[in-house]
Amino acid sequence: MDSTDEEGRGTPVGRRVVLGLLGLGALGVAAGPFLQRVESGLAERDPSGLSGLLPGNAGFRYYSVVTSVPERTAADYTLTVGGLVERPAAHRLADLQAMPQRRLVKDVQCVTGWRVPDTPFEGVPLAHLLDAAGVRPGAKAVRFDCFDGAYSESLTLEQARRDDVLVALRLQDKPITHDHGGPVRLYVAPMYFYKSAKWLSGITVTDSVQPGYWEGNGYDVDAWVGRSNGRDDAPTS
Amino acid sequence: MHRRAELVLRFTRAERWVHRTTAALMGVCLATAACLYLGPLAVLVGNRPLVVTVHVWCGLALPVPLLLGLASRALRADFSRLSRFTPADRQWLRALRARAGHRPAGKFNAGQKLYAQWTLGSMLVIIGTGLLMWLTHLAPPTWRTGATFVHDWLAAAIAVVIAGHVRMALRDRESRLGMRTGLVDRTWAEREHPHWRTGRREPVRTGADEAVE
Repeated sequence: MDSTDEEGRGTPVGRRVVLGLLGLGALGVAAGPFLQRVESGLAERDPSGLSGLLPGNAGFRYYSVVTSVPERTAADYTLTVGGLVERPAAHRLADLQAMPQRRLVKDVQCVTGWRVPDTPFEGVPLAHLLDAAGVRPGAKAVRFDCFDGAYSESLTLEQARRDDVLVALRLQDKPITHDHGGPVRLYVAPMYFYKSAKWLSGITVTDSVQPGYWEGNGYDVDAWVGRSNGRDDAPTS
Repeated sequence: MHRRAELVLRFTRAERWVHRTTAALMGVCLATAACLYLGPLAVLVGNRPLVVTVHVWCGLALPVPLLLGLASRALRADFSRLSRFTPADRQWLRALRARAGHRPAGKFNAGQKLYAQWTLGSMLVIIGTGLLMWLTHLAPPTWRTGATFVHDWLAAAIAVVIAGHVRMALRDRESRLGMRTGLVDRTWAEREHPHWRTGRREPVRTGADEAVE
């Protein structure tokens, strides 16, 4: 086990390989945003869908903060509306489906970087539900609770009344599946996607903004795409 | 099965533990990465904040065993062996391309050296890009997008290369024993690593304490 053999000398290939990899890594970080756009562009034109398997692939990613989320169907789903309102309510899925619907087609932007272009969401404008319940004077904000038992979100009343904020029932022109937060999820088009709480179960009108799950972990409460969380993505709405 | 007669020391206890702990940390990193990244697994596991925490801390700990191991003289000696190419290594690579049978090598062959250097380099890059993604205030957002891009692709490459590493190990029982017990058969060493100076005729330990685990 002496180290005096010929291997003590020789070409320092190790150093070259390691430095080369570091250089490639730095180059990749610099060119990454461009390469990412190229990859997404190619993936959009790929009819086989195989490109979805590539690293950095386009498309939705599943994020849940709990171990398992109970499934709710039309039979047992209810959405409660309460807090500072004149007429608290509990809506079944069929009730929501009978209300006026709005369809929006916009990009979805996640704060972690992925973006899904031209995604149709359809559902009841949140403003309609608030008007139906009758917001009492003094109300300033809305809190959203989810039947995963952990997640929550919030908006100011002004944000909640925007016409691009929906209680969404359909995604990509199909009923929202469980993994995408179905049967009912929030859709806040102009904000990063963590504001669009999945598995929506409760809407509570409050007198102040109560920061939601991720805001408790350091993310911005006013999560405008391109103007928050230190990011400069193109606005989505 | 060929009976192991005369054994030579290939890896000291310190080296084996560095290998083991690094492999375990890398395994946890890859498993948690899969749970964060692959849709069906993410659906199955959920618990994103917990999985992220495990991934981040195992990732940060990746280089620790190697850094601690540098206190070992044997590890430092192997480190310098792995970092330099000799004429025998070039011959080994030529023989590989020509699919020739005679592939000369020292204690480590050229393929093992390249693997070790890839491991070190890719570990530094994956930790660097991981830090950029984790400490979001460290750099502007475009850097984070770039770091995410590199991190994703490099992670996939690392998974493929590790699969190759495991496959090579599965094909050679003696080399597996070398990493598990530290000892290899002298005839194997002379066949696979003819230029390795194992120290001729030194007293050979066949002690059960080293060989059995």
